[in-house]
Amino acid sequence: MFNKDRWREILEVLTSNVWRTLFTAFGVCWGIFILIVLLAAGKGLENGIRADFGDIATNTMFMWTRSTTKAYEGLPKGRSFEFKISDVQAIRDNVPNLRFISPRNRLSGFRGGSNVVRGIRTGAYNIYGDYPEIINQDPMSVTSGRFINYNDILEKRKVAVIGKGVKSDLYEKDEDVLGTYIKIQGVNFMVVGTYKKNSNDGDGEEEQKEVYVPFTSFSQAFNRGEDVGWMAITAHDGSSISVLKEKIIEVMRQRHKVHPEDNRAIGHFDLYEQFNRVESLFGALKGVAYIVGIMVLLSGIIGVSNIMLIVVKERTKEIGIRRALGEQPWSIKLQILMESIFLTIVSGMTGIIFGSLVIYGINSLLDSVGPVDMFINPSVSVGVVTGALLILMFSGLLAGFIPANSAIRVRPIEALRTE
Amino acid sequence: MIEIKDLHKSYKMGSNSLHVLKGINFTVKAGELVAIMGSSGSGKSTLLNIIGILDGADSGDYTLDGVPIEDLTETKAAQYRNKFLGFVFQSFNLINYKTALENVALPLYYQKVGRKERQKKALNYLEKVGLKEWATHLPSELSGGQKQRVAIARAMAAEPKVLLADEPTGALDSKTSYEVMALIQQINDEGNTILVVTHEEDIAHMCKRIVHLKDGVIVEDKKVEQVRAEQYV
Repeated sequence: MFNKDRWREILEVLTSNVWRTLFTAFGVCWGIFILIVLLAAGKGLENGIRADFGDIATNTMFMWTRSTTKAYEGLPKGRSFEFKISDVQAIRDNVPNLRFISPRNRLSGFRGGSNVVRGIRTGAYNIYGDYPEIINQDPMSVTSGRFINYNDILEKRKVAVIGKGVKSDLYEKDEDVLGTYIKIQGVNFMVVGTYKKNSNDGDGEEEQKEVYVPFTSFSQAFNRGEDVGWMAITAHDGSSISVLKEKIIEVMRQRHKVHPEDNRAIGHFDLYEQFNRVESLFGALKGVAYIVGIMVLLSGIIGVSNIMLIVVKERTKEIGIRRALGEQPWSIKLQILMESIFLTIVSGMTGIIFGSLVIYGINSLLDSVGPVDMFINPSVSVGVVTGALLILMFSGLLAGFIPANSAIRVRPIEALRTE
Repeated sequence: MIEIKDLHKSYKMGSNSLHVLKGINFTVKAGELVAIMGSSGSGKSTLLNIIGILDGADSGDYTLDGVPIEDLTETKAAQYRNKFLGFVFQSFNLINYKTALENVALPLYYQKVGRKERQKKALNYLEKVGLKEWATHLPSELSGGQKQRVAIARAMAAEPKVLLADEPTGALDSKTSYEVMALIQQINDEGNTILVVTHEEDIAHMCKRIVHLKDGVIVEDKKVEQVRAEQYV
């Protein structure tokens, strides 16, 4: 199959009419080029949107309480209730495969009345009472000092980690932040760290203007007792929070005497579900790219098939001679198929290379003009290129199939008669 | 070597059926040099095609070197052609983008002879037909007589049982025709069985036996005194 004679023949046939071969090749080249560029564009969009999600743990849900809507066990409907700190342990005991359970509390101040005072400066910020794990669920980079730790929690230390927005509001530009005190609703907290969040969506400003204090100190300072505002719960990588949340909510309903069918009493937001919705959008996008690319490729392949038919017609006599000399039909078929596959793959590779160059060009353009919203690093993976090659191989086979069969359908005697 | 009994063949031309061979009985022994003669339409080429397993008969028996030839698949037919038969055509039928040497080596390639061995053998046969110096030339660079000699070398390269020549001199002038016939006689002298289809009397008389075909039947089958072609060259 891979002997020298066969390859020489393939090259001889394809170079005997260079322009015809080039035009034919262009059809396939163009098809695969479109496929590659479309896939890369889709990937660019995907990268852009993924960057907006940032490194937030996507296997996460948030859960809070609302009023009950059904009477249950002698309790009326319309009753309000609060999660308690003991609920955290209850969830941990009853639901396996959970990685983090962070109870949270908040004092809201953003764009509201000022709640933080330092000297003569004041500001309105969201104040969170948190456990140290929250940094894994809502990632931020600590730019100086440290984040909250368990000693803070246990000793109920009045310490605070402030965002870079808070820092620029309350401090001079080159002022030392660590070790200073801020007054949150009349209670002094010592600043032990600053953070910055990576985000480029609309909440950017608010996210930089937050203050994190230990959950226990928060409860004590602001009189929350055992109450928990809401919880952020992250599942282990192997298990889906969308599945586990049913169990979690069930446990909460039992503990707070909520009717088992009261779906409105416990509110939740499933990040994973949202993320999946976006994921399926990417899937659809990829599907469209494949369909359009393959359709264009198809017209190229029909071109190859056409040319191979003409080549077979032109070589009818030669094929007759070969068969008279005793060449096996399968060998003739193989020859035509190999010519077709060779032509398809070589032109397809050209298309892939050309497409990669264009993607490379777009990338360096993006690098030089700076980031574009929702479009980052368009690229195709090795897997896609391999896939494209497989598609090409298959298409070459397809394109050569009809011509190859027509080549051996002509009886040698008729082929020899052709002048 | 060749045994044919009651062979019939007709071609369908639209709704009409053209009965070309109407019961041919014909035997060729090893080492014979037979001329098949007849005017055009007499069925001589059809007979040669059937003998060459290029075409199938409608009815009748055909045995080639003791092997019955009937209902062959294309694969089997190709194998038999390669093993048993060498073809020489009126229009030479060389493959025009291959050199003389490659053309001669082609049947050996189909016999899966190794490349080196193939080249050596092919060069041998080219030497035999006196064209060793032309081995690397393309057919377009050769004269008609040279092309036919390359074709004969190609037909002999596979060492066939029977050499079939369909009007081998039809496209050549008389001097070149005699040269080609001299070569065919020489090959026959070495013991090869050869069938020559021709409509030229002088060419026919250079064979050892003449079979006359007319309207699909053999009308005459006679042995003749062979005229040696060398004397005209």
